[in-house]
Amino acid sequence: MKLTGAEILIRCLKEQGVDTLFGYPGGTVLDIYDALYRDGTLRHVLTAHEQGAAHAADGYARATGKTGVCLATSGPGATNLVTGIATAYMDSVPLVAITGNVTVANLGRDSFQEVDIAGITMPITKHNYIVKDVRALADTVREAFYIAGSGRKGPVLIDIPKNIQTEVCDFEDKAPAAYTPKSVPAEKLTAVAAAIAKAKRPLIIAGGGCIRADASQNLLAFAKKIQAPVCSTLMGLGAYPASDELFLGLVGMHGTDAAAKSFRRADTILACGMRFSDRVAGDRVKFREGKTIIQFDIDTAEIDKNVRTDLSVMADMNEIFKTLTPMLEKAERKEWIKEICAYRDYEAGNFDAALPAYKILSALGGFTDADTPVATDVGQHQMWTAQYCKFEKPRTFLSSGGLGTMGFGMGAAIGACIGTGKKTVLVTGDGCFHMNLNEMSTAVKEKLPLVILLMDNRVLGMVRQWQTLFYGKRYSQTLLDGNTDFVKLAEAFGAKGLTIGGEGDILPVLREAFEAADGGPVLVDCKIGMDDKVLPMIAPGKSFDEIMTKF
Amino acid sequence: MEKYTITALVANKSGVLTRVSGLFARRGFNIESLCVCATENKDLSRMTIVLGGDEYILAQMTKQLDKLIDVKKIALADEKLSVYRELLLVKISAPAEKRSEILEIKEIYKAKVVDLSPGSLVLEITGEPSKLNAFVKVIEPYGILELARTGTIALSRGESCLNDLVDYNESI
Repeated sequence: MKLTGAEILIRCLKEQGVDTLFGYPGGTVLDIYDALYRDGTLRHVLTAHEQGAAHAADGYARATGKTGVCLATSGPGATNLVTGIATAYMDSVPLVAITGNVTVANLGRDSFQEVDIAGITMPITKHNYIVKDVRALADTVREAFYIAGSGRKGPVLIDIPKNIQTEVCDFEDKAPAAYTPKSVPAEKLTAVAAAIAKAKRPLIIAGGGCIRADASQNLLAFAKKIQAPVCSTLMGLGAYPASDELFLGLVGMHGTDAAAKSFRRADTILACGMRFSDRVAGDRVKFREGKTIIQFDIDTAEIDKNVRTDLSVMADMNEIFKTLTPMLEKAERKEWIKEICAYRDYEAGNFDAALPAYKILSALGGFTDADTPVATDVGQHQMWTAQYCKFEKPRTFLSSGGLGTMGFGMGAAIGACIGTGKKTVLVTGDGCFHMNLNEMSTAVKEKLPLVILLMDNRVLGMVRQWQTLFYGKRYSQTLLDGNTDFVKLAEAFGAKGLTIGGEGDILPVLREAFEAADGGPVLVDCKIGMDDKVLPMIAPGKSFDEIMTKF
Repeated sequence: MEKYTITALVANKSGVLTRVSGLFARRGFNIESLCVCATENKDLSRMTIVLGGDEYILAQMTKQLDKLIDVKKIALADEKLSVYRELLLVKISAPAEKRSEILEIKEIYKAKVVDLSPGSLVLEITGEPSKLNAFVKVIEPYGILELARTGTIALSRGESCLNDLVDYNESI
């Protein structure tokens, strides 16, 4: 059948199982929006800003495991997606970003709202395309989805000039090409199995790769079989149930003391879909001293990139567990487990304020279930959420780990809420919330059951913490003055606003917030202190020996 | 700093060179030379990249390039198992009295005269980069007016071909 490019795009999105798009219309995507309107079967969520659309598509993808889709016009529409695309790239989130552009004839002439978005996004996408022939459009869209969702997942951008959207060509439906990760032959794992059998004190570090590969169940079986404690990178939270006796919590810069102590004592490190970022392996050389490092990763370039390994296998994390676990004997490591359990008796932070954030976050579990998506922004509240909320299931902790994008949370929470249909929590700070609070209008418009816990300390808390620790308490530009009345702001958007002003408010206000969220977004302004620290902390570039647990 | 020669088959599309060179720039790697050419297959171009660095940089660079969707096959062209060639054109100041000396050098290096004018001549020479470097050193005192080199190209010896390798993106 003959279809226009815009119609072909819609057909291809449906072919790929897309049900929701996040976007913002404009001059060069009018034809796509017209085709969307005429088709009428896809849900389009109009955000307040394209950045919100990109983060929403990202949050949707993180929470559901499906590929997120965002759509923006050329020029500023496209550049507004950039932070969202980079965020998804750093955290290996499958995303397809579609942008319009000026006609092919006008490309390269500095036309109105023309920008070389393919050039701009080259370093932050797995791949990108400029479609210059309508006959190539369908296969480009199909390939884009395949690339985004295969191997190490990531964002792909398709730039579609306006004339391509109106030109007509033949179109035939095609079933989407399913990605099946390659299985791992046992011989690739013999050396690893032998090393694990020999290990006296193995430690598993679970990373985002376990979640992207849907490997949680097999990770649990693996850890149980080899009787190894498990700690998690920020991206890996939720991959392993936090309530399990083998779980030690977050590892790295703001990881638990138990994880740091266990790390120091471990003789074998099993890096499962994690990339030894500087926030985990601050000192790349000391990290491996006296240990056997075994790394599993689907990305060939991650192996030996940051920390030199003794053994490594490049494959899908779930496929590795599937082959490896049956090769191993059920281990008994009673002494080691006893030792790590002792490390776990860990005292909570050192909070001085009258209302410490951890008390709110610890209470949160009483109002959520294991499937509740919890999105965060970036900073102290993010680390406290990682430390004090217990994530039992994958795809429930949604946070910008690699890029550390302030302003990520609002869009991400919207995307996750829409994708899962579940009551969703956003933990944010006053600094982060100011960045993309415009998306409150989106959440209200869509009547999303969203509880926003705003950790309001009137400062940029994490930057202030560094200024306190490393810059002689010179608080350059981190005082926010706190002029915004967040309750009134929420009400102005048509949402509900509540305040937690002291410890006594925590339970009743949370109860009220979670009940009221059935009718739409609720913002809870939590008046925490400005000098609470995120602890423990390992200063940048330092090793696990140098953990600070007190300040 | 060691030198390594990497050969790659890449999609013959616009933008591929930018993807490859951009990768070098943002990862802080150093390209000595980069040579792109058409191949017997119209869908593929061949790149020969000479890289300065150490084993770590070589491994990272090869893997990072391999991950690019448009990079299909990639391998280190091992010095012992490959043939390296480069072509050089050089315009030398050659007044009549110096010409015979220059032509003598040309003979020894098996170079060719490809242009001759009253005051200058253009020589063409192919060979391994080390031979070209030696030639430039000898010819330099006569006064090099201009010089152009193609950068190294390389093929493996024997029957094995780059195309026999597996594309990383299809191996996962």
